[in-house]
Amino acid sequence: MDFVNAIILLLNYIFIPALTYGSQLALGAIFVTLIYGILRFANFATGDMMSFGTMATILFTWYFQSLGVSLGVLPTALLAIPFGIIFMIFYMLLIDKFVFKYYRNQKSPPVQFAMVSIGVMFVTQAVVRIIIGPGDRRFFDGEKFIIKAREFKEMTGLNEGLALKSTQVITIFVTIVLVSLLFWFLNRTKTGKSMKAYSDNEDLALLSGIDPKKIVLVTWVIAGILATIGGALYGLDKSFKPFTYFNNMLPIFAAAIVGGIGNPFGAFLGGYVIAFSEILLTYAYKKFFMYVLPESLEPNSLVQLLSTDYKFAVSFSILVIVLIYRPSGIFKGKVL
Amino acid sequence: MRKNLNVIAAYSIMMVLILMVGIFQSWNIALSIFNLCLISAVMTMGANIQWGYAGLINFGIMGYTALGGLAAVLISVDPVQEAWRAGGFDILMSLWLMVVMVLVIRFILKRFEKSKIRTYSIAAIIISGILLIRFSAEPGIEAIEAVDPAKTGFLGGFGLPIIFSWIVGALFAGGLAFIVGKVALGLRADYLAIATLLISEIVIAIIKHEDWLTRGVKNVIGLKRPAPYEVDLQTTDWFIKLVEKFNSGKLSVIENLADRQAALNQHVIEGSSVFVKLCYSGLFLLVVIILLILTQKALYSPWGRMMRAIRDNEEAANAMGKNVVKQHLLIFILGSAIVGIAGAMLVTQDGLFTPGSYRPMRYTFLIWVMVIVGGSGNNFGAILGGFVVWFLWIEAAPISLFLINFFTAGISETNALKAHLIESVPYFRFLLMGLGLLFIMRYRPKGILPEKIEIK
Repeated sequence: MDFVNAIILLLNYIFIPALTYGSQLALGAIFVTLIYGILRFANFATGDMMSFGTMATILFTWYFQSLGVSLGVLPTALLAIPFGIIFMIFYMLLIDKFVFKYYRNQKSPPVQFAMVSIGVMFVTQAVVRIIIGPGDRRFFDGEKFIIKAREFKEMTGLNEGLALKSTQVITIFVTIVLVSLLFWFLNRTKTGKSMKAYSDNEDLALLSGIDPKKIVLVTWVIAGILATIGGALYGLDKSFKPFTYFNNMLPIFAAAIVGGIGNPFGAFLGGYVIAFSEILLTYAYKKFFMYVLPESLEPNSLVQLLSTDYKFAVSFSILVIVLIYRPSGIFKGKVL
Repeated sequence: MRKNLNVIAAYSIMMVLILMVGIFQSWNIALSIFNLCLISAVMTMGANIQWGYAGLINFGIMGYTALGGLAAVLISVDPVQEAWRAGGFDILMSLWLMVVMVLVIRFILKRFEKSKIRTYSIAAIIISGILLIRFSAEPGIEAIEAVDPAKTGFLGGFGLPIIFSWIVGALFAGGLAFIVGKVALGLRADYLAIATLLISEIVIAIIKHEDWLTRGVKNVIGLKRPAPYEVDLQTTDWFIKLVEKFNSGKLSVIENLADRQAALNQHVIEGSSVFVKLCYSGLFLLVVIILLILTQKALYSPWGRMMRAIRDNEEAANAMGKNVVKQHLLIFILGSAIVGIAGAMLVTQDGLFTPGSYRPMRYTFLIWVMVIVGGSGNNFGAILGGFVVWFLWIEAAPISLFLINFFTAGISETNALKAHLIESVPYFRFLLMGLGLLFIMRYRPKGILPEKIEIK
């Protein structure tokens, strides 16, 4: 029985939260990787673009709520996400037209692109804060829990409860569907394959008649979908605050690079690598050992490898180590 | 003279703008803007050395600034004897262990050929060393943090004048840059940007959470000053006389003796804070001028020419027998050290150290905007960038408030849109910075004062 308790404990505090957080990171990381692979720059506006998409979603959610439209047990935000995506894609294409296109035609070096993306970051941040303000916004409605910790305890008679939030299930489900669709698109359709070719070798792709304008357009559309859904899921699960989104850029970058930048599948796994290592290294295992070990061996301290303050630092250290020893990422392989 | 006309014009405009703030808002505000402009200028000079001279991209400016600030705390705060007694031994022990660990790794690296076994054993040493240090330091840290946590709870510093910290801050930042450079300089430009950004976040995380050293988010307040205190000035005779002399015209108009005394007091209080700020301005200006002379000399020296050659064509410079790796490391350290000085200056001016306030937006990206806007590769441009961008950063709110009021003049005060816009005035500074950066990058990619190399 103690053993089952220990498993439930780990599931509740490590596995499920890490899986959720990892999914959110993974979506962002694929976004970064796609931009890097096809448009060839590190997009420092990542976090703020995600917050812009989320903001659009929130505004539509409020609008639907004011109309009295709801999805019952599901959060209204799910209904608003498609509209948020359209808004987001529109914004991204606008930015591309007025900012990035010029540098693409000039064939500027990636560093210059990165600098420009910092300008975009400042502007997007300002727009988001001016429209919705810098404060914390919660826009979740509907049923909060699928399984409550107390109900679980009563049901199974165990000491440890397993709480399953609906946002966690939604996040994981949506991520799986979205990522499978994306990989199907990239590997099976003609446009997806031409994107791959473009990312592999631009000149060769142009020679074989691939339209670069179409590739760029499709990339921004996919990026908009990923950014909005990733941001909205994070906001549903935790809360929406522009500053947090800006900060989330860093673990997202870490995930993309750990997985091998330019490689969407690597980025997908990278998100989970970062999330799991963050949570595994900062979790206090005292209770776990109390269940597993005999009483005489019970630990006195918290058995925490690193204090939770260092959560971000963990992912950054992993990234730095990967950058130094394997700059092409853990999951090497072909680009895109 | 003629060819420097645009430099002189740009600087005069900047000075006039600051003077206008002094005349229309207040001299206090003008001087605090001026001081922070000077500090920003030092930071931009550091970043400019790395980016403009050598083409190295460093997004870790925040980390070096914070280390400079930490130096200010460690130098100026009086040592906390009780904390040293409580946990000093454990801390020194772990410090010693750390040194031993580094020496052992160095020994292994020198002694053995590169192999898988060597890599794994070094990894094992690092991991076990970190665990060992953690466990040996734990009781000491707890004891230190328990010493009067509301007031101290940390080891304190050396109790020296805070001015020394400007040099120590440079050493700290340079030391960190040495480690970072050794590790990360081989990376491609955009990877280097991300790596330095993340390393600076790690530095901030450590400063925030190692309470025994930095007091963490509890902040250190009331640091010593290189300038006199306002309260002391207000009771000093010569200062009161000075203020009286300055304002004699205004004071002589007032007939009533009591009123005149009250007015004088008011002037003394205002004057004292202006005087203190002026002291800082003098000190900062001195630093900026010294650094400017040094960096200008370096730029036009054979070394500066070599750096530009490396920046413009690494392979060619390498083929000419220049040690690119070494020079990159050197310039990375130099630039970061200058940023460290600025960090120490900043904390000196504020008189407090708040690790929570170090955010990449303000201390990394804003500095980069300054470098790009001012003109990378040109020291005068970098300083000007610091001035212009900081001025706009501060004055963006009043300017945008004015503009909003101007454009919505016809709309009633209670209009929801207008109220919302006025409420979000503070965020227009981000918009201004972003648009400024984008426009400069598009239409004047070399900055306001572009790099100018004279070939003699």
